[in-house]
Amino acid sequence: MSLAQTGRRITLLGLVLLAGVYVRALAFTPLERFQGPAQKIFYLHVPAAWSAMLAMGLVGLCSILYLIVKDARFDRFAAASAEVGTTFSLVMLTTGPIWAKPIWGTWWTWDARLTLTLFLFFLFIGYLLLRGAVVEPGLRARYSAVLGICGLVLLPFIHLSVYLFRTLHPQPIVLKPSAPSLPGSMLVTLLVSFAVFTLLYVGFVTQRYALGLLREAQGKEHA
Amino acid sequence: MTDLLRQAWTVARKDLLLEFRTRTALVSALVFTALVLTVFNFGRDPTAVATIDLAPTILWVTFTFAAMLALNRAFQLELENQALEGLLVSPLSRTSLYWGKLLANLVFVALVEAVGLPLFVLFFDVPVGRVLLPLVGVIALATIGFVAVGTLFSALVIRTRFAELLLVVLLLPFLVPPLIGAVQVTARLLGGRPLSEAAGWFRLLAAYDIGFVALATLLFPFTVDE
Repeated sequence: MSLAQTGRRITLLGLVLLAGVYVRALAFTPLERFQGPAQKIFYLHVPAAWSAMLAMGLVGLCSILYLIVKDARFDRFAAASAEVGTTFSLVMLTTGPIWAKPIWGTWWTWDARLTLTLFLFFLFIGYLLLRGAVVEPGLRARYSAVLGICGLVLLPFIHLSVYLFRTLHPQPIVLKPSAPSLPGSMLVTLLVSFAVFTLLYVGFVTQRYALGLLREAQGKEHA
Repeated sequence: MTDLLRQAWTVARKDLLLEFRTRTALVSALVFTALVLTVFNFGRDPTAVATIDLAPTILWVTFTFAAMLALNRAFQLELENQALEGLLVSPLSRTSLYWGKLLANLVFVALVEAVGLPLFVLFFDVPVGRVLLPLVGVIALATIGFVAVGTLFSALVIRTRFAELLLVVLLLPFLVPPLIGAVQVTARLLGGRPLSEAAGWFRLLAAYDIGFVALATLLFPFTVDE
């Protein structure tokens, strides 16, 4: 079985299981007392955020490994991971406001975590733009590795500065939801969803990696 | 170590000498700074927003834009006649090349800020006399942080298409932590708050500077080597 086929099968399995997560979240998980049905979006939003973070972490790790061993596989993986990560962060950034409007009363707020994820998205976009702007493969791999590492180091700084920014200026309304200790059935749904999103990440990245290989073989990798 | 610094100084001196002979970039950056400050004056309703409330924002948006303009030229001038190749084959360590470029950029941006700050005081009538020393301190700390990343990235983008545009897109996220810190400290200083209140921000700015100068020094060789 080729790599692309494996990727497609994993993705297909992930999508079927995702439908299962929908069914379980909507029909077999109790309504949250205060947030009502709006809370259901958590079962997509939080796992998507996890996959986006995982993608960025692996972009950073592969960037470091690439600069050490200069193996093109790490670069190809980083490129695939960044592209998939962009998609997941877009899912996270669209589901977030949908939940925030009824619960917080606003689509967007400059809370530490929101700002962090927004910049995660910007970093992914910048990374992909840089890859698109360099024609020579060796140069592209090195340049994007440098950016990938810088991005990984930047994220904690952004989190810290925005966190400090907020705590020094307490808001009149506490926008952060208190961390609820989840009842068992909700926790199970969430954990299953985490697993499914990780599986989807693996499926997407495998397919994108195979696509990268194909493009390189044809000598016209542009992404 | 002294060798490293001497070499870095040689690179910086070369850049600055080139700059002072033509002065095009420096004069453009200075005029740009004055223009942005003017635009800010008309970009607000003076009866609705007090100058002092907006002052930190005006100062830092102006400085970041001016710095970004300055960073574009750092490696651009090495493209002509393959000057960069010449630098790379010369007996010059990569570290001192980066530090030299960083130093030249810092001097360049510092000059722009040295003119920008008095202009800002003049245009917006902000009393900075009492807090001048800590204000200069925070300007220096924030500037080192973003110029360090900017110098690395300007080496990264020179051989790409749309270099100027790409530099801005890549660099802006990295300006956010120093910008937040600088604006917060400036607001406290201008508001007459005790310096101790800003101690956390000073630490964050210093950590950012140390972290990114070290990281950029480590990563720079990968951006220039063939």
